[in-house]
Amino acid sequence: MYDFDFVKPGSIDGAVKALAAEDAIPLAGGQTLLPSMKQRLNAPSVMVSLRGIPELQGVCRDGDVLVVGAATTHARVATEAAAEYPGLAALAGQIGDPAVRAMGTIGGSLANNDPSACYPAGVLGSGATIVTNAREIAADDFFDGMFATALEEGEIITSVRFPIPQKAAYAKFHQPASRFALAAAFVARFAGTVRVAITGASEGGVFRWTEAEAALKESFTPEALSGLTLPAEGMIGDLHGTPDYRAHLAAVMTRRAVAAAG
Amino acid sequence: MGKVTMTVNGRQMTAEAEGRTLLSTWLREGLGLTGTHVGCDTSQCGACVVHVDGQPVKSCTALAMDLDGAEVRTIEGMANADGSLSAIQQAFQDHHGLQCGFCTPGMVMAAAALLKENPKPTEAEVRHYLEGNICRCTGYHNIVKAVLAASGQDVSGLGIAAE
Repeated sequence: MYDFDFVKPGSIDGAVKALAAEDAIPLAGGQTLLPSMKQRLNAPSVMVSLRGIPELQGVCRDGDVLVVGAATTHARVATEAAAEYPGLAALAGQIGDPAVRAMGTIGGSLANNDPSACYPAGVLGSGATIVTNAREIAADDFFDGMFATALEEGEIITSVRFPIPQKAAYAKFHQPASRFALAAAFVARFAGTVRVAITGASEGGVFRWTEAEAALKESFTPEALSGLTLPAEGMIGDLHGTPDYRAHLAAVMTRRAVAAAG
Repeated sequence: MGKVTMTVNGRQMTAEAEGRTLLSTWLREGLGLTGTHVGCDTSQCGACVVHVDGQPVKSCTALAMDLDGAEVRTIEGMANADGSLSAIQQAFQDHHGLQCGFCTPGMVMAAAALLKENPKPTEAEVRHYLEGNICRCTGYHNIVKAVLAASGQDVSGLGIAAE
């Protein structure tokens, strides 16, 4: 990869200042960014590491909300969220492999918004709020298509606030080479409402399956989804699966997630 | 260019690094610790796994400067103090857990991380944990057997893989 200047500020303010430099980009866990830089798909002049900022770390409960610091690794969420929000912890424990989970972070995953990543489904399916150095963004307003988000240049995710559902589960069909989702569904049941988010399937990235949400609100059972299908139009087609296959698989994963949530 | 210092296998070590210097490069070229192998260089294969502050990390996908001050353990630090092989390394030898040996450093480091977290894993748990470590000789059966043996479990019922 091309060389760059490396800085590691100890505060959010310091990171925001460092990111004002031309072609500066933030570095979270680096598990996607560094490989993309080796391929020269990305060549920043300054890398601003977010690993040295204590406020971005950790998992804590705030009333009915679970707050996850943006630089918290998948491995930490998998263990530290297990008691408060087991569905989310299980999702974090399925990302990549153990070594990737020891470095990769929730903030990095969300800012990248890979159309096959796990966290976007957990965040959209929970109706979480993405907190940045400048504002709060509802998950419904955050994801803006493949690899695109509502984040402005130089804006840093600081934490993610998850309302804790009554029940939730994530069902993922692994693409075994990349360990991303070939299709996956996150289902969360709250008092009076159900949210369903699908990742890995659509060319538009993560999305809510509102027909499934309505059916599950009436009856939170896998049977409530029988007959419901997703259109193949707009689904990803590549050597791993056709759009038809992904549309079908996403519905299967949704039923499995409901069954797993119990 | 700058200086990066880490505690590597219990000793404080310093070597130069650029911003782009990967941990794997810093270990291999800066410190001469070539036991850490670089296979795919795309964070898929796991040959470069080392422990950083006790956690398994793909050293080809981490910047040396970002880990300044960290505690790192590599395959060179896995043997016992008297120079004899550690239980995991000995189990790899006893159960023929390597063929060409290229993936072995990463396999041993990943296995050590697993056994620290889960001292008596099932066969399925070992296979699942090692999914980020690829053996192109496809000698997985004996690798899994070696890890189970290293955990002190009886592997006599697992048979010997016909390679």
